[in-house]
Amino acid sequence: MTAPTHLTYRQLFFSVMNRDLKVAIHNKGDILNPIIFLIIVITLFPLGIGPETNLLTRIAPGIIWVAALLSALLSLERLFKNDYIDGSLEQMLLSPQPLFIMVLAKVTAHWLLTGLPIIIIAPLLALMLHMESLAYPALMLTLAIGTPVLSLIGAIGVALTVGLKKGGVLLSLLILPLYIPLLIFSTAAIEAAALNMPYDGHIAIISALLVGAITLSPFAISAALRVSTN
Amino acid sequence: MSSVLLRANQLTCIRDDRILFDQLSFDLSPGSLLQIEGANGTGKTSLLRILAGLTLPYEGDVQYNALPIMQCRDDYYQDLTFIGHLAGVKGELSTLENLSFNLAIQGDRTANIEQAIEQVSLTGFEEASASHLSAGQNRRIALARLWQSTSKIWILDEPFTAIDKAGVAKLESLFLEHIQNGGAIIFTSHQELQIAQQHLTRINLEQHD
Repeated sequence: MTAPTHLTYRQLFFSVMNRDLKVAIHNKGDILNPIIFLIIVITLFPLGIGPETNLLTRIAPGIIWVAALLSALLSLERLFKNDYIDGSLEQMLLSPQPLFIMVLAKVTAHWLLTGLPIIIIAPLLALMLHMESLAYPALMLTLAIGTPVLSLIGAIGVALTVGLKKGGVLLSLLILPLYIPLLIFSTAAIEAAALNMPYDGHIAIISALLVGAITLSPFAISAALRVSTN
Repeated sequence: MSSVLLRANQLTCIRDDRILFDQLSFDLSPGSLLQIEGANGTGKTSLLRILAGLTLPYEGDVQYNALPIMQCRDDYYQDLTFIGHLAGVKGELSTLENLSFNLAIQGDRTANIEQAIEQVSLTGFEEASASHLSAGQNRRIALARLWQSTSKIWILDEPFTAIDKAGVAKLESLFLEHIQNGGAIIFTSHQELQIAQQHLTRINLEQHD
C-alpha cells in the first residue's frame, strides 16, 4: 500500500477554491445575478430621484455601499447550500484536513465571484451617481477592504442557517446588524474623502474589521457548520 | 493498540420525541463486517451519522481507540471513510474531478485514479460531467473512493442502492478484501449479501427500541 497523500494547507486551500470556481463557471447565472442586481439598483436611483446632481453626489457613497451589501446578501445563500444538498459538505466535515482552511477557501471563492466584480465596476457606477472625484480612491479602498468582510461575516450566518428549509429571512436578520458598522465607517470614509478631509481613521477601523474577520470567522463558520448539520 | 477499533457505548437516539434506539452498545473490531438492519425509519441512518460524529447522540458516546471521537476527531477521520446516502458528487464537475477532489480532501491515495474508475466501470466517462450520468453512475463515483481508501473503518449508508448486479458483486469482493486486511465495515442495506455470510454480524434496530 502506498502512503496516504497529505496536502499542504496551501494545496488544500487552492484545490477547494478551484473546485468552487469551476462549479460556479458552470452556473453562470449565479455569478451574474448579484452583479446585475447591483447595476440595476444603482442605475434606478438617478432615474427615481431626478437629475439633481447635488443630491446624487451626496448620497452616492451610501447607495453604492447599501447596494453592495444587499447584493452580497443575495449571493450568500448559495455558499454552502449546494454542498449541503449534494452531501459534499458532509464529506468536508468528515475530512481529516482542517475545516477552517476549506471554509476560508470557499469564502475566498465567493469573494472572487461577488466582491471582486463589485470593485471592478464601482468606478463606473460612481460616475453614474456623479460622485465627487476626490472620493474615488476612498470608494475603491473601502470596497477592497470591506467586501471580504461582507463574505466572511455573511458566511457565519449562512453556515448557521444551511440546514433550514427557508433560512433566507433569518439569514438577513442575523447578518445585517453585523454589517452595519462596516456600512457606517465605509460611507463615512468616502464622505470625508469627498470633503478632502483625512479618512485614515475610518480605513484603520475597516481594516481592523477585516483582520478580525479573517482570523476568527473561519472558526466560527466551521463550528456553525458542525452545529447545523447535526 | 486495542483490538476494538470503534465502540458504541450505550447510544440513545431520540428524534421528535420518539426513541429510535435506546442504550445501544457494540464493538467493532478489525475484520468485522456489521450490517445494520431495520425497517424504514428505525434510525439506521441516524446511527451511522452518530458513529461518524456528524450527529450527537442523546446519550452515550462513540469511542475510537478508547477515546470519545469528539476528543480525537482528526485521528478518527484519518481512519474513517463515510459514504452517506447523499453521494457528495458535484453535478457540474467531471467524474475525474469529483473523484480526485474527494480523495484529496479525505487524505486518500490519489495515484491510480484511472484504476479506481475502471473498478466501478466508468472508464470512458472520466470527462463527462456527473449531471449527465445516471443515478447509479453517480453512486459509483462516490463508491470509487473505497478502492483508493487508506482508512480502516468504512461506514456506508445503503452502498448498494442503484448499483447493478455486477457492481454489487465487485463491491462485495472489495468488502471481503478490506476486512481480510484488518479493516472494518458498518453498512446498512435492505439487500442480502451474497458472499461473506460467515463474516457478517447483524444488528437489528427494531429490537432496540
